[in-house]
Formats: sequence, structure tokens, C-alpha cells
Amino acid sequence: MTTIKKLDRRDAVKALLAGRKELLVVTGLGSASYDVMAAGDHDNNYYLWAAMGSAITVGLGLAKAQPDRSVLVITGDGELMMGMGALATIAVSKPANLTIAVIDNGQFGETGQQVSHAGHGVEISKVAESVGFTWTGVITDMAGVENLRGRLADRNGPRLATVKVTAENPSRVLPPRDGVYIKNRFRAALGHAPI
Amino acid sequence: MDAGQSISAPNWQTQVLPTLKKFDVKHVAYVPDAGHSAAIRSAVEDPAITATVLTTEEEGIGYLAGAWLGGERGALLIQSSGVGNCINTLALNACAKFPLLMLVTMRGDWAEFNAWQNPMGQVTEQSLNLMGVMTWRADKPEDVVPLIHGAATMAFNGDSACAVLLGQRLIGEKEWVK
Repeated sequence: MTTIKKLDRRDAVKALLAGRKELLVVTGLGSASYDVMAAGDHDNNYYLWAAMGSAITVGLGLAKAQPDRSVLVITGDGELMMGMGALATIAVSKPANLTIAVIDNGQFGETGQQVSHAGHGVEISKVAESVGFTWTGVITDMAGVENLRGRLADRNGPRLATVKVTAENPSRVLPPRDGVYIKNRFRAALGHAPI
Repeated sequence: MDAGQSISAPNWQTQVLPTLKKFDVKHVAYVPDAGHSAAIRSAVEDPAITATVLTTEEEGIGYLAGAWLGGERGALLIQSSGVGNCINTLALNACAKFPLLMLVTMRGDWAEFNAWQNPMGQVTEQSLNLMGVMTWRADKPEDVVPLIHGAATMAFNGDSACAVLLGQRLIGEKEWVK
């Protein structure tokens, strides 16, 4: 069995977000949120703290409501697998501006490193490919991250990449937990007033 | 829409989408049910509406939160059994106060042939209330439009989670032997 190369999750997420301008970002609960926060808080970030499995559906709704902006969902393999059916919903809905980056460490990092489905061999990008995503990939090095970043502005999605990272838990960098604040901040940055 | 379909759909069913559109609803996310069939059909055909079929109901909670982040309103059309699938995801609405407008067709509610629908149907309204969703019940055709109007007003003007339950008596007994 060949061992595949793996990335440091913080380095990979930071590189994926480098130089962002108009990009809208949704993060799944747990480590993926901390990675995005560690790369730098931003008014165009929406962090989920609950509703496990919902990161990609929030990204879908956002992508459909903002078709002229690029939307990137950054979430963990365990978070995504809780709502795997949503991959089919996204494939059918065809959001051309949506990209999903699955930070795949093969385990449930938040709860004690139990081996996840991805860790047992389920390759999420193959699931996405089989339901009809227009581009999928497996990323194991920084060149792959750069390649994915170059695709974010394309309008031929939906795209999904699994980003293979080492199973280390770097120190937590916590995003704001006030859901109303994050929501209103995000909307305000798009020009929408509070009710 | 062909003539046969428009004649067979009860009047209240054909009024659902126009009522939603008065509130500037742009997104209809749904898991199909016979009681929603006219609204779903018109949503799919309407170029001003993004109609999205879901594999499970809680996807609609996230979808509509995302649409609202992007500045647009939507509604979720599901069956009462699907309310159970939404429970944990409704934390999103409780914690971030995303507006939510759900239209729920009831099963296990009245003259139910399939008793396996009863456990969820009998606690649908309480389950929603326990998760902080306000509820109204329509059992007569003339109640449907005013209750959707009221729920949409409170959802979109109050960042609230609101559900209108469309009773089985309103929808009619399911024909099991054809």
C-alpha cells in the first residue's frame, strides 16, 4: 500500500484563502472553522457552530442567491459525511460558482481522533464525481492547493476537492460564537441592512 | 400546466406560490408531498423562483439560511415526517435567528390509513415548538392564505422560525386502493 502525502491543515487553508477579494466563505463546525479563523477573520466568512452536515447546504443557498460571487465551503470530512445526500442536491442544483474544500484528516478530530468514514477509505471526491459534480480532485500537496485556488473564480462548478491533511489538532483559534452577529456582519458586507 | 392538473388541484393549493411571491420569496426548497404538488409544480415552472429538490428536509434549513446570508428569501415545503429530520439543524435558526418559513403537510393527523405515520405526525407541532418554531394550523381551505401571510410576515419581519401546518383534513384522505 502506498502512503499518500499529506498537508498541514493550517498551511493548506491559509494558502487556499491567500489574496482573497470577493470570495464568500462558509465553514463547517469544528477544526475547519478554526483553520479559516487562523488564516484571518473576514466579514465575508460565515462560521457554523452547530447544525452538523449543513456547511455545504448553507454554501448552496448562498451560491444560488449570489450567483456573481465565488462561494467556497471549507469543512471537515466528518461534517460533510453527516449530510452526504446534499452532494446529490448540489449536483442537481448546479451552482456554477460553488467550490467545496473538504479538509480530510480521516478522523473525528474534535471528539478524540476516532477514525472517520474517510479514514476507513471512503473517498468523498469520488462520491461527488459520481453524483455529477463538474470537477473533483484529491489534493496532497501545495501545488494542488494553488491549482484549486486558481479555479475558485471559474463559473463551471460545482467543484469539490478533498484536501488530505495530517491528523494533528493544532491549537484552537475560535471564531466569534454569536450567530446573530456573524450573520448580520456577513449580510452587511453584501449591502443588506438588518431587519 | 395542463388543464387537467389545474382542475384537479384544489383552489387553496394553487394560491400557495402566489402568496409566497407576494413576500418576495425567491427560493422554494422541497421534499415532495401530494399536498404540495401544485405549489411545487408552479415553483419549478416559474423562472423567478429557484426550486430545489432535497434528499432530506434538513438540507432546506441550511439552504435557506445560505440564501438569506446572500440577501434572498425562501420557503421550505415538506411533510410532517420530515420535521423530525430537521430537529438538530433548527439550532441554526435558534442561535443565529435566520428567518424560516416552513409549510408542512400533515400525515398521521386525521383519517390516516398508514399508522406508521402517526408517531411523528402526532408530535410534529410540539417538536417544532420545542425547537423554537412558531406554528399555525390550517384545517380549512379559507385559512391557508391568511395563515401563510401571517407566518411569512412574522418570519421575514422578525427573523423568526415559523411553520404553517396544513392539516390532513384540509388535504383530504389519501386514496390507498386505486
